[in-house]
Amino acid sequence: MALLDTITHREKAKQHRPWSRAVVTEAGWRQAIEQLATGRCTLLGLWGDAPVVHMALLAEDFSDIAVISYTCKDGSYPSVSARHPPAGRLERAIRDLTGLDAFGAPDARTWLDLGFWKVRHPLGKATPAHKPQPYQFLPVEGEGLHQIPVGPVHAGIIEPGHFRFTANGEHVVRLEQRLGYVHKGIESLMQGATLEQAGKLAGRTSGDSTVAYSYAFAQAIEAALQATVPARAIYLRALMAELERLANHFGDIGAICNDASFALMHAQTGILRERTLRAAEACFGHRLMMDAIVPGGVARDIAEGGAAQIQEFLIEVRRVFPRLIELYDNTASLQDRTVTTGFVKPEFARQFGAGGYVGRASGRGFDARRTPGYAPYDKLTFDVPVLDAGDVNARVWIRIREVEQSLALIEQILGRLPAGKIHTPVKAKGKACEGLGLTEAFRGDVLIWLRLDGKGRIERCHLRDASWFQWPLLEVAIKDNIVADFPICNKSFNCSYSGHDL
Amino acid sequence: MRKVLFDSFIRGPLTEKAPKPDEAGLAELAKAVNRAARTRLGRSLSIRQVDAGSCNGCELEIHALNNAFYDLERLGLHFVASPRHADVLMVTGPVTKSMREALKRTYNATPDPKWVIAVGTCAADGGIFAGSYAVEGGVKDVVPVDLTIPGCPPNPKALLAGLLALLQNAA
Repeated sequence: MALLDTITHREKAKQHRPWSRAVVTEAGWRQAIEQLATGRCTLLGLWGDAPVVHMALLAEDFSDIAVISYTCKDGSYPSVSARHPPAGRLERAIRDLTGLDAFGAPDARTWLDLGFWKVRHPLGKATPAHKPQPYQFLPVEGEGLHQIPVGPVHAGIIEPGHFRFTANGEHVVRLEQRLGYVHKGIESLMQGATLEQAGKLAGRTSGDSTVAYSYAFAQAIEAALQATVPARAIYLRALMAELERLANHFGDIGAICNDASFALMHAQTGILRERTLRAAEACFGHRLMMDAIVPGGVARDIAEGGAAQIQEFLIEVRRVFPRLIELYDNTASLQDRTVTTGFVKPEFARQFGAGGYVGRASGRGFDARRTPGYAPYDKLTFDVPVLDAGDVNARVWIRIREVEQSLALIEQILGRLPAGKIHTPVKAKGKACEGLGLTEAFRGDVLIWLRLDGKGRIERCHLRDASWFQWPLLEVAIKDNIVADFPICNKSFNCSYSGHDL
Repeated sequence: MRKVLFDSFIRGPLTEKAPKPDEAGLAELAKAVNRAARTRLGRSLSIRQVDAGSCNGCELEIHALNNAFYDLERLGLHFVASPRHADVLMVTGPVTKSMREALKRTYNATPDPKWVIAVGTCAADGGIFAGSYAVEGGVKDVVPVDLTIPGCPPNPKALLAGLLALLQNAA
């Protein structure tokens, strides 16, 4: 049954692709909230487009996606988070950016606006900012508790954010995150941007997932403009995406072990990561493959000799990686740190719609490449590994299994890379149109929704990183663990700050 | 574990020859660094990395400096966890409005003599994020900058060349 069959709606937007967008009244909006709260569908996104709020939903069996839109009355809409907590931070972000208020929301605090912008509601009716109110962290009561504030500047080469730990001795009683420090106003810069400018912004939303973002952005544009992409470009996109996944998984596996002071693994996977980036540079001229995927195809064809270099790289990985898996599996001191640490209950993974290894290590087998799926993955063979242990160890094993799957995918892609051109220019439609893109980045699904004007410029673009639904679970995962295990828990999630803060 | 260690032993190091110090960087630095600082620091520099708003692309390449191919520490350069232990701040990103104060405080917590390297196109002048309500601009708009390493992101070789230029002048 299609998602929209169960939600009362007035009409469907005519120029919204590839999935439907329906305009709803309060009744329809509340039906959707009820379905979310009772687990019959998953929240895929919630964003403001003043005076409208849009909500993207994913069917329970992952087969269908729908967007519903509610026009606010007096600047407010019925709160989703009042019944369905995963919407909480999204609603707070909507209010900070557009001024639209979630009526009945349990948490009225700001989220992305830390009080430094000099403007309020930059995506709505912008007004000069007031003097910021001091931020109230959640109260914690009990005997023998102390607080440890960390950040925004962290003790490492990492992104900034604030963590407020409340601990009883060594045990974490509560972690509260405060993010937003790297908010750059990407969605505001998108408004009125050309496709080229907007593509660059999308590709710099979270640098580690630049390919996945460019990919989702291109999908959304192509859906909106009903553009076709040459077959060769479709395969090259997947090749880039799998190289990006490999590079990140290698880096993460080592970094997680490094946070358990097992530097040998870090050194070894660091070599594999570097080899991946060098192969990417040899093929596509850029180590992170930034701006390589563009609407209509890809910007660069694989360089001469590039395929051979990737084959060599695959042989090297297949020689080294099994030994590293064995090393991970047989080192008791390492297992001692990762097994049972940072547990995420499968119920939470499902409720929050956690994507990537966070979801798949806690029993949620969602992978956008599989369902709803997109080309060329529908023609390629791969497994989506799922575990239900939900600990740091399970998140490492999901990455290990995904490395193996990506290697096999790259072999298939190289084996059947079609000849032909790599780009078809996209043309403006002469009227407003909307598109939605959903790709699987290494850390989970990236959703991009946009509306173009008749001249092919961006009117509104919303980008939703997988981290939005993973960060809150990190707060739960660290509970009852010791403070010293926070880095390893955090790294096993490796959420994006920039992708979240926008 | 023995297999992995033995394999590394017989295959020899992967570490590559360091690039030449960056010429443009040398010229930029010549003005900034004096002899007194050189004598005090010897040929070693401690670096504190500060992300003031980057997309995390620059962080990935700064991380790569520590891998076996570039092995930053052999050159007397290493990353430290506190600005109080640092000689050099490597700052990435357009400086967001929300990170401005944190960057200033980190700078003030770093003892003199100190140098600031702006890493990446965004750190140079805000890059594609310049002009946003949430962005202050480049690093130089918030703290004094001694060296800029452009690139989106600069690759590890470019980072190394910049750091060596600094080392030659500073230490």
